[in-house]
Amino acid sequence: MNMAVKIAGVEWKNPVTTASGTFGSGQEFSEYVDLNKLGAVTTKGVANIPWPGNPTPRVAETYGGMMNAIGLQNPGIELFCKRDIPFLKQYDTRIIVNVCGKSEEDYCQVVERLADEPVDMLEINISCPNVKEGGIAFGQNPAAAEQITRAVKRYARQPVIMKLSPNVTDIAEMARAVEAGGADAVSLINTLTGMKIDIHRKAFALANETGGVSGPAIHPIAVRMVYQTARAVKLPIIGMGGISCAEDAIELILAGASAVSIGTANFHNPAVTMEIADGIEEYMERNGFQSVSDMVGIVK
Amino acid sequence: MIKEREQAVVLSQKELADGIFSIWIKTQAAQTAAPGQFMSVYTEDRSRLLPRPVSICEIDKKEGALRMVYRVTGEHTGTKQFSQLGRGASLTVLGPLGNGFPLERGKGKRAFLIGGGIGVPPILELAKQIECEKKQIIAGYRDAQTFLEESFAEHGRLYIATEDGSVGTQGNVMDAIREHGLEADIIYACGPKPMLKAVKAYGEKRGIECYVSLEERMACGIGACLGCVCESGKTDSHSNVKNKRICKDGPVFLSTEVEI
Repeated sequence: MNMAVKIAGVEWKNPVTTASGTFGSGQEFSEYVDLNKLGAVTTKGVANIPWPGNPTPRVAETYGGMMNAIGLQNPGIELFCKRDIPFLKQYDTRIIVNVCGKSEEDYCQVVERLADEPVDMLEINISCPNVKEGGIAFGQNPAAAEQITRAVKRYARQPVIMKLSPNVTDIAEMARAVEAGGADAVSLINTLTGMKIDIHRKAFALANETGGVSGPAIHPIAVRMVYQTARAVKLPIIGMGGISCAEDAIELILAGASAVSIGTANFHNPAVTMEIADGIEEYMERNGFQSVSDMVGIVK
Repeated sequence: MIKEREQAVVLSQKELADGIFSIWIKTQAAQTAAPGQFMSVYTEDRSRLLPRPVSICEIDKKEGALRMVYRVTGEHTGTKQFSQLGRGASLTVLGPLGNGFPLERGKGKRAFLIGGGIGVPPILELAKQIECEKKQIIAGYRDAQTFLEESFAEHGRLYIATEDGSVGTQGNVMDAIREHGLEADIIYACGPKPMLKAVKAYGEKRGIECYVSLEERMACGIGACLGCVCESGKTDSHSNVKNKRICKDGPVFLSTEVEI
């Protein structure tokens, strides 16, 4: 049985990676997870310069999930290259660097800086709902999404994954736009914009007022959007959104994802990524699948 | 060695005051825990995903047990579920997490050990372990629903303040310090933000070394998600911005390192 998957020409030992922002740069979680057991580690978004992020409270629990408005706090690309990439290189896993920015130039600067670094793939975050400029501005308009994809592709030496927002009317249209722009893969879904009010304080639960909803509550939306995207484009899909166990991951694979990212579930159980990789393997064994690719998108 | 969540076993549980519960659990964490650290406590209910950070109130290494004293935050909450667990029930935990109070700094000094509200419990194990010249414990509560005061009295001189004046000094912990004319060379404090702000200002004005234990909404509890940051005066070497992670770099900080 073959657990390996190939995403845009890059082979991962299994289809499990981490959702950007939930796993830092792997160092903190390495006390709890054998990173060698993951197909890839996807890092927290990194920008051209350090970003301080939003005021607190930045997180809140919701029924079956949570909300966050971290605001893409990050140490900037220079410290990231000096400290975080060498750390991850100690492990036998693929490195996917999530890139964020406020303008086309910001994104391109980071992508260019990473050109000679030993990272395997780039994930371009055009879907963060928690920063005012950039991010989502590119992710909700097909023309802007195509344009930013084309721009980063000019500088990218590694395959480019465009991370899509579910906060759109037609996810298929967004996927087609980044495919037209030259994307090598897509990942979806990022968080859904929500709001929570603290009735005791009579105030917003998050200092940012709105935040991104994640966790099991949004999983059916992810399944639907991965399915629609798989029908719309030829690009490989990294599926995510509320995966908390192997069964959830398998659902996304059957809907059309070639690999999966685990996010919020890491907070509930730091070992969950390893358990999901094992669970997918057990499912394949029980159901007679020889390779992960045999399962991708078979529910039509 | 990969660390894992653990199924701790409840040894006992009781309500100390209105909505304030004390639970003893058998856990491996007791072997390495230090005063001021916290445990991540998980619900078994998959609709409540995030661990609850709960401070460690007492450590019994010999019995392999930890005591946590926590507030039930409402109906249908994770803490409500914890409060219903009886002897023999299992409780999923991860820890000990974070950095505790630097005990060695107190040697030979006159110390204030200050706790306010649900920040009172971690002060108990600190009071038990610290070896200082003069142990002055100042505990602040809202009203007559006080807790842990008998335990504190065994380990130092206890001064109580209540907002409504029903026990001890009327007012807050700073009022109690003034009323009794107390003095210190070092301060350890845990409590609500306004209290810590006052304690920090008091210590810094007098040039007293002051350690504060901060609280914030957390998600991962291990320093990865950047949910629970506080402002730092200077650029932090890890974040590369003026932010520190309360769960990983704290929760105890030297007051001059953080803005409150």
